[in-house]
Amino acid sequence: MKFGIVTFPGSNCDYDTYHAVVDALGEEAVYLWHKDHDLRGCDVVILPGGFSYGDYLRAGAIARFSPIMREVVAHAERGAPVLAICNGFQIACEAGLLPGALLRNASLKFVCEAVRMRVENADTLFTNRYDRGQLITLPIAHGDGRYTADEETLARIEGEGRVVFRYVGGPGDADEWWSPNGSMNAIAGIVSAAGNVLGMMPHPERAVDDLLGSSDGMGVFESILSRVAA
Amino acid sequence: MSRFRVAVHIVPRRGLLDPQGKAVTDALHTLGFSSVFDVHVGRHLIVEMDARDSSSAESTTREMCNKLLANPVIEDFEIASVSTL
Repeated sequence: MKFGIVTFPGSNCDYDTYHAVVDALGEEAVYLWHKDHDLRGCDVVILPGGFSYGDYLRAGAIARFSPIMREVVAHAERGAPVLAICNGFQIACEAGLLPGALLRNASLKFVCEAVRMRVENADTLFTNRYDRGQLITLPIAHGDGRYTADEETLARIEGEGRVVFRYVGGPGDADEWWSPNGSMNAIAGIVSAAGNVLGMMPHPERAVDDLLGSSDGMGVFESILSRVAA
Repeated sequence: MSRFRVAVHIVPRRGLLDPQGKAVTDALHTLGFSSVFDVHVGRHLIVEMDARDSSSAESTTREMCNKLLANPVIEDFEIASVSTL
């Protein structure tokens, strides 16, 4: 399977993502430059983390108009998989691939730590290797991760099981919703209505090796592989 | 064609949690400005452009806001002024 990792000016997780796909998963990956007009036959597109265009105006606002995004949107509209991580999630929301938006953390601080979350839906293209309700630990590193949507949208994505990852386990009860950034309903990741676009603030690509603290992120990549290859 | 300067205010949508506005409100209270009950922190943009007349400068800027300058999910915008350059 061929993965395409988009590099925008200011992307900084593209190499980590490449490492996760090529070294940890053992699949092929290519970098797609933001000015390209061609996905080069990739089966899966990943929008990686970083600070595309310096987060000018709003995080992701300018990247969504990069030439490559036209192809990424067409790819998503065909039902093909798009994994949007961190800044990628912000770009996907700006591009209308996912509902809602990501605002400045409620604390106004950049948060960089490993946090616990619960897999709320294990039937998706991106989570079928996890169990429903499984607790996993992934790193987050963002200043604008507060997921926000209007009430109707929020009710719809909750009702349709599209909230895939939810932050849990604050200082108190380990199962309690707890958001490190003030996200509505402690949302960490959602899928599109068709289920082929996942946006998540946590970094699965930084958690693919026990030696480096956690391999809980591998499930995302393995899930894609098992579903798309099948 | 004339040249125009269009000023745009973009603020967080009413009702959404605005932690920056809250922090500034709290700081103003600390300084003794107890009459302040709310502050909203947003962005101010100046767009300089060519247009046929001021109403076309305004409508073009409005279109820019809808497409790029503001995000309707989280922000409200208003054209604060249009002046000739």
